[in-house]
Amino acid sequence: MADIDALARLLRAELGSGQVITDRAELRTYECDGLAHYKVVPALVVLPHTAEQVAAVVRACVAAGVPFVARGSGTGLSGGALPHADGVLIVTAQMRRIVEIAPADERAVVEPGVINLQVTKAATPHGYYYAPDPSSQQICSIGGNVAENSGGAHCLKYGFTTNHVTGLQIVAPDGELLRLGGRALDPPGYDLIGAFVGSEGTLGIATEVTVKLTRLPETVRTLLAAFPSIDQAGAATSAIIGAGVVPAAIEMMDALAIEAAEAAVACGYPAGAAAVLIVELDGPSAEVEAQFEQVTALCEKNGAFEIRIAADDLERALFWKGRKSAFAAVGRISPDYIVQDGVIPRTALPEVLRRISEVANEHGVRVANVFHAGDGNLHPLVLFDDGIEGEAERAETVSGAIIDLCIEYGGSITGEHGVGMDKAKYMPRMFGDDDLDTMQLVRCAFDPLMLSNPGKIFPTPRLCGERPGRGAESPFPGVEIF
Amino acid sequence: MGALEELTRPATDDDHVGGVPARLVAAPASTAEAAALVAAAHDLTVVVRGGGTKLHWGPPPRSLDLIIDTGRLAGMVEHAAGDLITVLRAGTPLDDLSLGDQQLALDAAPGATVGGVVATGASGPRRLHYGTARDLLIGITVVRPDGTVTRSGGKVVKNVAGYDLGKLYTGSYGSLGLITECVFRLHPRPAAQVYVQSRAQPVTAILEARVAPTAIEVDSASDELAVLIEGTPAGVRERAGLLSKVLGGDISDEPPPWWGQAPWAADGIGMKLSVPLSQVPELLGSGAAVRGSAGTGVLYAGASDISDVERLRALCVRAGGHAVVLTAPSSTRDIVDMWGPVPGLALMRRIKDQFDPGHRFAPGRFVGGL
Repeated sequence: MADIDALARLLRAELGSGQVITDRAELRTYECDGLAHYKVVPALVVLPHTAEQVAAVVRACVAAGVPFVARGSGTGLSGGALPHADGVLIVTAQMRRIVEIAPADERAVVEPGVINLQVTKAATPHGYYYAPDPSSQQICSIGGNVAENSGGAHCLKYGFTTNHVTGLQIVAPDGELLRLGGRALDPPGYDLIGAFVGSEGTLGIATEVTVKLTRLPETVRTLLAAFPSIDQAGAATSAIIGAGVVPAAIEMMDALAIEAAEAAVACGYPAGAAAVLIVELDGPSAEVEAQFEQVTALCEKNGAFEIRIAADDLERALFWKGRKSAFAAVGRISPDYIVQDGVIPRTALPEVLRRISEVANEHGVRVANVFHAGDGNLHPLVLFDDGIEGEAERAETVSGAIIDLCIEYGGSITGEHGVGMDKAKYMPRMFGDDDLDTMQLVRCAFDPLMLSNPGKIFPTPRLCGERPGRGAESPFPGVEIF
Repeated sequence: MGALEELTRPATDDDHVGGVPARLVAAPASTAEAAALVAAAHDLTVVVRGGGTKLHWGPPPRSLDLIIDTGRLAGMVEHAAGDLITVLRAGTPLDDLSLGDQQLALDAAPGATVGGVVATGASGPRRLHYGTARDLLIGITVVRPDGTVTRSGGKVVKNVAGYDLGKLYTGSYGSLGLITECVFRLHPRPAAQVYVQSRAQPVTAILEARVAPTAIEVDSASDELAVLIEGTPAGVRERAGLLSKVLGGDISDEPPPWWGQAPWAADGIGMKLSVPLSQVPELLGSGAAVRGSAGTGVLYAGASDISDVERLRALCVRAGGHAVVLTAPSSTRDIVDMWGPVPGLALMRRIKDQFDPGHRFAPGRFVGGL
């Protein structure tokens, strides 16, 4: 095993001592990401300020045979940035410069530690914004978004991070600094950007990101519709999509999720609703006004007992406040909870929700449902009390059963949180051995030594030829699961 | 060779790629048949052929034993209208699709197949609004050069499970394997559409008008600009009216004759140029016959000779973009670098080595001689 002390000395000389952390208590503050029940204290944490420093750290890791893990803001929900006990955690939070807002090119160039919402704030005076908007957009970093291919409520119309990245500077897992793409589209050759975005830190570290900026729409209209049943809210969603409307977002919350949001942020949703829908349309006024009437009528026709229309930005923000705070809000009604992330074909929504509720009842577990209804991305919140013997296990069982349902209905084990550490075990249920093997051909091309975020995504590492036997090592020694 | 003989037929005079004749041709009718064929062809060089509309794009293969024709790998497997997705076999011609009031929003030449459009990453005017194959493809089945059948992605639009290999296969010119099936997200077919046409001018005014155009195309030869507006009948009327005032243009139900057409003769040199948006006026002023998407910076040009190719390429590269020669007569083809400079080539070579260690699939057709 490599000598971490020697590596620390080397990196201190290279980066400056303030950017290398070895103190055990300080290291502990990096022991988990947003998925806090997995904890691993990294051997070393570095806080590079430049791409060259990231490259130097990676080269030093390669020379020493030490694994490395990149971390942005640490808000990920799949343990993608969970440290390696014998490895270096490379934190990009200090790299937070907006290099350029280029409205004439409809691009922004940013360092990976830049916070998602800051890009929009910097672009707004020019009439533009950055479209991907994960709920954590006030704190999550663009580098993390690139690693996870983050989505958000508005990706129904605007797509995910992968549809908005046109250029990357990366430090490849061998320490080489590479530029891929740029402001122009369709760079010749294999779409390495397409392969990199969403690779969860396993193909290297993004050190600069060029993203598309999107024109601010002329008009945004938002409504909140309350329904007496989930099925009716689901039917309204289907009717809207079936009418050929492409809303910017359609979000749904069930009664338990509403109860939690009320307790946390007093969002004032209609009382007695079994489900609420938030539907947002944006675009030219000439289109939006007509379609908004159509959407309102479809909600009424499908049984909405109350429809509120946001009169201004303030009211719109209030509608969204309940939705965007829903995950954290569940803490008000349950001491512990699991945030699940799965996808089903949207048309299966009512049926799958019924089956989720059956599984939950069978195990005596409560499940609050929050989801991106437009694209079938479920976020069931499985509630439990860790203080009560056996509850955590039952919650885990229900959470796993929900993922099984997603697979059974032809969906996905993750829509936006990523596979990370948490869901590697489910990958073989969604993909065959040959499929996983093929993905790892790409891994072998980028990272034959398997040093870049090892143990994530793939349950069984592939042998890359030149290093026989290496893949047989346990991918994740020393993980404590709480 | 027993299995191969059963699965293939001898090539005819029509079975060549860029002038390189093939020895054998096969047309498997299913992914399983294709896998058996590819496994049996383990020491042959292979080029995959769809509708043949872009087979003359790119350098010719270094060697060609077998053409795999996807003509029998055709048809729609599924159209889940409520979920706005479709599953299509690779050989399905895009103009054959019947999706009711929905559409697969890819622009393609008549006769082009699903697999061909994905493999070449070809795009057209509507990419401004809908994106390209890379954006619309959500799942894919590929037979690897060793005969292994593999899938990535799935049948739901939102999905981040595992690597997004569909992106890697898109635009790979068949150099990583045989695409047999693709899953796409669909869009509703707009109720109305019109074109606003004017003299060529910078796109800034269009963008500032916030009319959400589906396409903004420009043509240097006719000095014309045309904007496609889609949506509800009333909305389209109002938006097009506004835009025609902004541009000083006319509204028409039909596109101009050059819309979506390549600006080069069948035996000419055709290039794809891509530059940052702000540099599009520079390209239009280059003196070459330039045509394409002024709203995305992806345009096409006819070049008169090699020095013209080099001039346009230098212009694009200096502007922060790139220029690829898609097609050229064989005299030019033999001496021109069709792909031009390719950042990240070493990594691409390692990917090719992993997927196709014998370099048998489309050998020499892709970047850097891959």
